[in-house]
Amino acid sequence: MVNSLEHTELLRFTTAGSVDDGKSTLIGRLLYDSKSIFEDQYEAISQTSSKRGEVGVNLALLTDGLKAEREQGITIDVAYRYFATPKRKFIIADTPGHTQYTRNMVTGASTANVALILVDARHGVVEQTRRHSFIASLLQIPHLIVCINKMDLVDFSEETYEQIKEDFSTFSHRLDVKDVEFIPMSALLGDNVVEKSTNMDWYGGSTLLYALENVHIGSDNNFIDCRFPVQTVIRPYSDDYHDYRGYAGRVAGGVFKKGDDVMVLPSGFTSKIAKIDTYDGEIEEAYPPMSVTLLLEDDIDISRGDMIVRPNNQPDVTQDVEAMLCWFNERPLQPRGKYAIMHTTQEARCIIKDVRYRLDINTLHRDEDNKEVKMNDICRVQLRTTAPLLTDPYRKNRITGSIILIDEQTNETVAAGMII
Amino acid sequence: MNTYQLNHLRELESESIFVLREVAAQFENPVLLFSGGKDSILMVHLAVKAFHPAKIPFTLLHVDTGHNFQETIDYRDALVERIGANLIVGSVQEAIDNGMVREETGYNATRNYLQTAVLLDSLEKGKYDAALGGGRRDEEKARAKERFFSHRDEFGQWDPKNQRPELWNLFNGRKLYGEHFRVFPISNWTELDVWQYLAVENVELPSLYFAHEREVFKRDGMLLADSEVLPRRPEEKLEKKMVRCRTIGDITCTGVWESEASTLEDIIAEVSIARQTERGGRADDKRSETAMEDRKKQGYF
Repeated sequence: MVNSLEHTELLRFTTAGSVDDGKSTLIGRLLYDSKSIFEDQYEAISQTSSKRGEVGVNLALLTDGLKAEREQGITIDVAYRYFATPKRKFIIADTPGHTQYTRNMVTGASTANVALILVDARHGVVEQTRRHSFIASLLQIPHLIVCINKMDLVDFSEETYEQIKEDFSTFSHRLDVKDVEFIPMSALLGDNVVEKSTNMDWYGGSTLLYALENVHIGSDNNFIDCRFPVQTVIRPYSDDYHDYRGYAGRVAGGVFKKGDDVMVLPSGFTSKIAKIDTYDGEIEEAYPPMSVTLLLEDDIDISRGDMIVRPNNQPDVTQDVEAMLCWFNERPLQPRGKYAIMHTTQEARCIIKDVRYRLDINTLHRDEDNKEVKMNDICRVQLRTTAPLLTDPYRKNRITGSIILIDEQTNETVAAGMII
Repeated sequence: MNTYQLNHLRELESESIFVLREVAAQFENPVLLFSGGKDSILMVHLAVKAFHPAKIPFTLLHVDTGHNFQETIDYRDALVERIGANLIVGSVQEAIDNGMVREETGYNATRNYLQTAVLLDSLEKGKYDAALGGGRRDEEKARAKERFFSHRDEFGQWDPKNQRPELWNLFNGRKLYGEHFRVFPISNWTELDVWQYLAVENVELPSLYFAHEREVFKRDGMLLADSEVLPRRPEEKLEKKMVRCRTIGDITCTGVWESEASTLEDIIAEVSIARQTERGGRADDKRSETAMEDRKKQGYF
């Protein structure tokens, strides 16, 4: 039992959409058919459903956890759900789909390997589909699965499916998405969710669960450009480990090996990896997303926020950052405003030097006239930081290419940014 | 699977270690909330791994209701001794004695709710700015909405509708004076993940988790352990059964389950086919549909 689980991978996916798309039904179906709903949970939501006079069991109640959400019948916040099959463990970031919740979608998308885009077969590609797909592309989710749902309501028509596929492709050409798959399904009846549909013989592809279990995620991390942001320095001050000085962190890119030449940024000092240490003993190589401790051959002054890289492959060392921002806060972006900025394990301050344009996420139109950036808006900005950041383009590395901005008065996270 | 792919347990481990190290780096005086349950045992184990070969940079805080299983206390003391940690005990009994809180009365009386006041008081006294908790998002529906870094105001309150967005692995631990954070490093673990990992890592656990013979009685569909702090109604008859705990809390609200599982492998097999959530045995969650959310808003674990 334990051994067989040694080979289970972790896959994170995000679902965006409103109740009308059948999103909750789809999640409910995945959880139910994979036997991840417990009896007492089912009992509790079935009681609540009947108390409210609803017909049948409302599976949306499984994901709507907060009192306000249940009262209003809406999802306010990202909810995380878990299920597993013998092949993979899944983490679902379930996010509400309304315009005003763009920030939740962005949050859920930031760590996802796969995005499920729900399309109601009766309505085809609509504004919300475009918005979700754009966010998935902006956040560089490596794989998209377009779930063409409610096929039962269009007589399982192949023509409808093909039409939606074509419409989606026409529009997704303008996006930066690498891997798109289309699956016709009926979440309500279970067609092509876990079980293969008998109503759509014309469809030769896989079911949703099969796709989730088999999508290749082995290359989702960057294994080429070595990046190790230092979190903290480990100094035991004990007799057994008198001279021990380890740099603790999580590999953000590339493969580090014992004996490798390395450079420490921003100082530029060079050394070699003497040892890659863990509690379970020394290891030969470390790769994303492992948390390890690096020991170097030379005594160099290194602290939190520094980055260990290879001398022949360095990130940009810069105080001028171009980024796409998603604005999260009710208080609008202040042009020339100053904010705290977090990037990997480094913190600094920054000023918003320029808003290049505001993006209409439905039409992808770049608005250079009205540059007032409000909550849930997406814009491109130029930032100037108080200290150099060690950055990569977000397209190349989601860890070293991402930032958040923090209001220095309220300490709230007011924006997320993808470095260009 | 290529050679550069971690399995799910190692990926969860790495994520938790990252979070624990962020806490050590971002906060001045963090504390680890230790209950003696498997989730806090896991958290301690991960903390030991995260800072090896140095000692863990967190004080352990145990809020003791005075109604704990003796096995829990023994386990706690042995663990603290082994890892050389500093332990602080917040005593609910003391808080009752000095009048800070009043004891509930009646058959379903529990000190569970009193813990919140004692917890907040202990955090304030110790001037702790971050409290690590073993909460998991799969446990309960309000917890599914919890952040890794969860902000609390000066009253220790949680404002679920106004949480900071949390993206990538950038955790914003900034706060005003008097505010603190609750941090949940094992947010993404499920019950099954915890058991599998504890088995793989060979972690020693309190005997309560394994099947043993105990005098129990039935109340509201749950089995409860016989104890002097738990008065029985006349119709509640004691029976001897083979049972084990799936979660460990205070005796008054921790249900036990009939089970023959005597090893971690047995437990994993049992949990993988379980049809009830582990908190299905927790009386404290059953008081109302949003019992957990209500308690969390006030500052509960």
